[in-house]
Amino acid sequence: MAGDGRMNILQINELTMRFGGVTAVDGLSMEINDGEIVALIGPNGAGKTTAFNCVTGVYEPTSGKVSFMGKEISRGTSPDKITRLGIARTFQNIRLFRTMTVLENVLAAKHMRTRHNVLTATLQLSRREEKRVHSEALELLEEQGLLHLKDEISANLPYGLQRHLEIARALATSPRLLLLDEPAAGMNPQETAELADTIRRIRDKYSLTVFIIEHHMDLIMRISDRIYVLDFGKLIASGAPREVQANQRVIDAYLGVANDA
Amino acid sequence: MTKTQKIVSAGLLVAFYALIFALEQILPARAMLFTVLKKGAIYALVAVSMNMLNGFTGLFSLGQAGFMLVGAYAYGIFTVPVAERVNVYQYFDGGIIQFTVPVVVALVMAGIAAALFAALVGLPVLRLKSDYLAIATLGFAEIIRAVFQWEKLGPITNGSNLLRKFPTFDSFNITNADGEVMVYLSTFVPFVITGVCVFLMVLLLKSSYGRAFRAIRDDERAAEAMGINLFAHKELSFVISSFFAGVGGAMLAMYQTTVQASAFKSAMTYEILLIVVIGGLGSVTGSCVGSFLFIAASEWWLRGLDSGTFMGISAPTIFRSGFRKVVFAVIIMAIVLFYRKGIMGDSEFSLKGIAAFFKRLFGAKRKRPGTEGG
Ligand SMILES: Nc1ncnc2c1ncn2[C@@H]1O[C@H](COP(=O)(O)OP(=O)(O)OP(=O)(O)O)[C@@H](O)[C@H]1O
Ligand SMILES: [Mg+2]
Repeated sequence: MAGDGRMNILQINELTMRFGGVTAVDGLSMEINDGEIVALIGPNGAGKTTAFNCVTGVYEPTSGKVSFMGKEISRGTSPDKITRLGIARTFQNIRLFRTMTVLENVLAAKHMRTRHNVLTATLQLSRREEKRVHSEALELLEEQGLLHLKDEISANLPYGLQRHLEIARALATSPRLLLLDEPAAGMNPQETAELADTIRRIRDKYSLTVFIIEHHMDLIMRISDRIYVLDFGKLIASGAPREVQANQRVIDAYLGVANDA
Repeated sequence: MTKTQKIVSAGLLVAFYALIFALEQILPARAMLFTVLKKGAIYALVAVSMNMLNGFTGLFSLGQAGFMLVGAYAYGIFTVPVAERVNVYQYFDGGIIQFTVPVVVALVMAGIAAALFAALVGLPVLRLKSDYLAIATLGFAEIIRAVFQWEKLGPITNGSNLLRKFPTFDSFNITNADGEVMVYLSTFVPFVITGVCVFLMVLLLKSSYGRAFRAIRDDERAAEAMGINLFAHKELSFVISSFFAGVGGAMLAMYQTTVQASAFKSAMTYEILLIVVIGGLGSVTGSCVGSFLFIAASEWWLRGLDSGTFMGISAPTIFRSGFRKVVFAVIIMAIVLFYRKGIMGDSEFSLKGIAAFFKRLFGAKRKRPGTEGG
């Protein structure tokens, strides 16, 4: 069901990113269509996170192009602008607002989606708007099973819940496309299975397109419509989960290694 | 905060202001207490403004003295009575500005003038590497001090001569026809000004914008990924912080009754930084309490040391001139060593906090005495 006739959301053309002598991403081309869950996999250091960073404007690619809903975003578009266009992300090495509460983390992500300015916000003239934002934030927390922890300092949450808070915070920016960088890292099998349900549920509820990096193969096989495989920055395979799973180059480069480990 | 807590806090605040007002009517106007209260109120305002930037937004600026200077001058320039300008601007034919504005308007203008300078400094610095803000603002403070003393600007700034004769804190006292003071307001009014300004800053910090500032402080990369425009918010925090530093500068002008650029040295910035650190980065009440303690200690409690004795300690003659500074430095070092995060850490002084403190104190005593750590 992937691809056919659906609107193109993300288009990556010949993307290359070099750091000095290291070519982290090497001529990557791919596309993601509306409503899909697409995975990017590959061994450690394959360049997956770097690809995310190029999409979200953290890095300006050495060459190549990234377009989001037909608009080029790879040059001169700052990360915050890209988020406002509708791309949200979570971080592999969790980056919560550590001293702020769980609720404040989500509210901070709603800041730019709130209709206010510094005067109306300070003088509390945008109360109704604040109320709307507040109740939306609570709903997101409830969805991620965090509502009872809303006043907890985010850094004090257990690891797995911090990852869920990262997802709630990303959703708070009202994205079209959600990038998840190893959301199951540090989760046990049970939590990982629940995460799969969560991802599908939010995709349906918020009409999202999901682009996910993950090492948990069972999770990836269960939820992705299509998979792209990177090795040393180069795309070595792509297709439906079953095709990729059977691909000899993928088995050599990645799955073999993962199974040994 | 619950409704009752809000009401009780507001009540305490009113009582505090009433106390200040009452004290001023009862005690002699020249009492040391009022010097401390007036200067403390000014420093509290500037310390909170600096904390907003350093403690809440995570931007390190050292320009406070510079922005206070701009505020002090803006205030003085627009409030010296027209009739006095011939005397004040005696080397510049009375200067070129021949009108005055009301004190409240001048205070706002002082803030706006400082904010404008901050906007200009922030524009190049905050767009790229905000790490350079400390250096840039320190440089700005040094340069602006020279610029305001420049003879060519004399018709406006009075060059290296004093600005004086403008309304001071004493002008707020209500006098009768014979010039006798009926109601003293020279301490009360600065408290009101600081109170209003700090209240506005607290509202800002509690708002969605304050949250965005703290998000930037906690993690710039994540804040940006949540759609927060880093430059716009850093610039906003910097400009607003400088606005209130400017108002503080205007108040300092009123307190000192004269303005001279050479008085706004970087040592002033360091004093305020010290207050912010002692009070706790990220604690508004810490900055306020810290300010009064700092001023009381440096201007009052330790004054005796310079004359030789203090609380029975008599200083050896060779130390006498700088003894106060030595003792003061030791106290500050002790605070920084034992309360690494300042007196208040990043928490606020609140009824709930006081209640919790006593509960902890007595609760801990019953269970394991003396194990409660700071
Ligand atoms: N900012 C940077 N500067 C220099 N080298 C970098 C930078 N970011 C990434 N690299 C290098 O690029 C390569 C790809 O790194 P990347 O983090 O994208 O891999 P990854 O596929 O996400 O790996 P993992 O599964 O471990 O997260 C690595 O060799 C890494 O050292
Ligand atoms: Mg990675």
